[in-house]
Amino acid sequence: MGEKANVLIDSLVKELASLAEKVERAREDLVVVEVSPDKLVQIASLLRDRGFDHVASVEGIDRPKEEVIEVVYQAESYDENLRGVIIELKTKVPRDKPELDTLIDVWPNAFYMERETWDLVGVVFRGHPELKRLLMPPDWEGHPLRKDFVVKEEGIFVELEG
Amino acid sequence: MSWRDEKLVVDWRKVAKAPGGEEIYELFIGPQHPASGHMRFIVRLEGDIIVDVEPDIGYVHRTMEKLAEGREYIKNIPLFERATIIDSNNITLGYVRALEKLLDVEPPPRARYLRTILSEINRIQSHLYGIGIAGIMLNHSTVFMWAFGDREIWMQLAEELTGARLTHTYSIPGGVRRDLPDGFEERFEKAARYMLRRLEDYGKIFLYNPMIRSRYEGVGVLKKHEAERLGAVGPNLRASGVRYDARLLGDYGAYSELEFEVPVQEEGDSFARMVQRVEEIKVSIEIIRQALKKMPDGPILAEKYLKLLPPKLRERVLKTGRVKFPAIFANLRPPPGETVARVEMARGEVFYHIVSDGSPKPYRVRIVTPSFRNLVLLRLLPREHRFMDLLAIYGSLDYFPPESDR
Repeated sequence: MGEKANVLIDSLVKELASLAEKVERAREDLVVVEVSPDKLVQIASLLRDRGFDHVASVEGIDRPKEEVIEVVYQAESYDENLRGVIIELKTKVPRDKPELDTLIDVWPNAFYMERETWDLVGVVFRGHPELKRLLMPPDWEGHPLRKDFVVKEEGIFVELEG
Repeated sequence: MSWRDEKLVVDWRKVAKAPGGEEIYELFIGPQHPASGHMRFIVRLEGDIIVDVEPDIGYVHRTMEKLAEGREYIKNIPLFERATIIDSNNITLGYVRALEKLLDVEPPPRARYLRTILSEINRIQSHLYGIGIAGIMLNHSTVFMWAFGDREIWMQLAEELTGARLTHTYSIPGGVRRDLPDGFEERFEKAARYMLRRLEDYGKIFLYNPMIRSRYEGVGVLKKHEAERLGAVGPNLRASGVRYDARLLGDYGAYSELEFEVPVQEEGDSFARMVQRVEEIKVSIEIIRQALKKMPDGPILAEKYLKLLPPKLRERVLKTGRVKFPAIFANLRPPPGETVARVEMARGEVFYHIVSDGSPKPYRVRIVTPSFRNLVLLRLLPREHRFMDLLAIYGSLDYFPPESDR
């Protein structure tokens, strides 16, 4: 990673410090930003304007002990100076009412990833125009990546009636 | 109705609104193998023009992220390679790299070179698979037969190196499973010479054939700024003029010590994407050639694990070049923490995010495979084209359902 990237990331960290709850440069190429859900769109737009213009991943991590679901966005860039750097945007939503504003207008390629996060973890993205099952069947109930999801087991033998 | 938007790049609200009415014809393709795997397209047509394509995926979803939470770390390597068995070393290498970062262990130099060699063999045969499937989608069965036949020699090389044709499970934390067999260099040279000659034949009968060119050229154009904003990966990104490749970041394999140029195309259409795959095969052959020449001698497993083996067994491992797992592998406990890793697969970049809570099983493993990231292209690019262009675009994107569904 070049000197120029270092300068850009340092100034970005300073800029984020006043907006986010916590900013930490965890590794040379990894910045972890913790934000509250209401500032998410604002900070995501700022990152996009600074060159981090698409996401590598959107995911939900279920943490039943803390009663929250952690939603993580990993933003990256194909810009010559910034490639290889990941900005990890973390936010926490309550487990009984997991709702967030959609970021598809900021990062267009979050479209299917947000849909997947709803499908598997059950986070509702307000304003997403196509929030339906992606990987699970359309009539599926529950969200399999929640820690309390119980896999229903089918018997090996078919029980004959009558 | 164009999906392109000046400000948002894609106006998803417009795209997601399914057009209806009497003039719209809804066509369901799949899920039984429309071409290369189980998925379904819901295509909406107005006359012969596509107004919307909805890729309905998930037919080969195996809940890998959930399964991974219930297994010890080492057991996830053979699980994840089943997402893309034709590219299995590359997809597991991302996981192994993330695990190595958590465990704070680095592979010895020889192991890094061996990983690079297998990764490039995987890349070549995966591209041949992609070219063959794209050929049969345009009803060109000759190139399908040729490419699948020529894939065989690369699978045999991989088998010699690892003992398995597809599910190699070759990279393990701290090294690789087997050393290079005797006479591998000569057999590789023979395969490389044959392949380069065959690629010219492919060009004559398939790629530069006027019939095929007219199906591909100017079809499904992805502009440079769109490829960047939509986060396209792999050959599909580079065919639009962005010189980005996770191999260039140089934090895995031996790529930082080898000299190679990543090819790029400027046009961004289906034809450029096909040419890109052929060019990448040539580069991969060059990388293997250099790696075989520069490969240093030495152990293939990190000292940290090697010294855990009983002395007699350790001697045998060093002599035969076949690693026996130390007992600690059954119960690897990375310290609590998180890490990310990325590796360039044949179809693009795979991204791993592992969360560890200090137990022998991962708390959460997030995998983003290249086909899943290219899914947006499958939704957007065929719009406003004629129906027959759908398969030309689908083939040129080299989308692989099992990889996307995980």
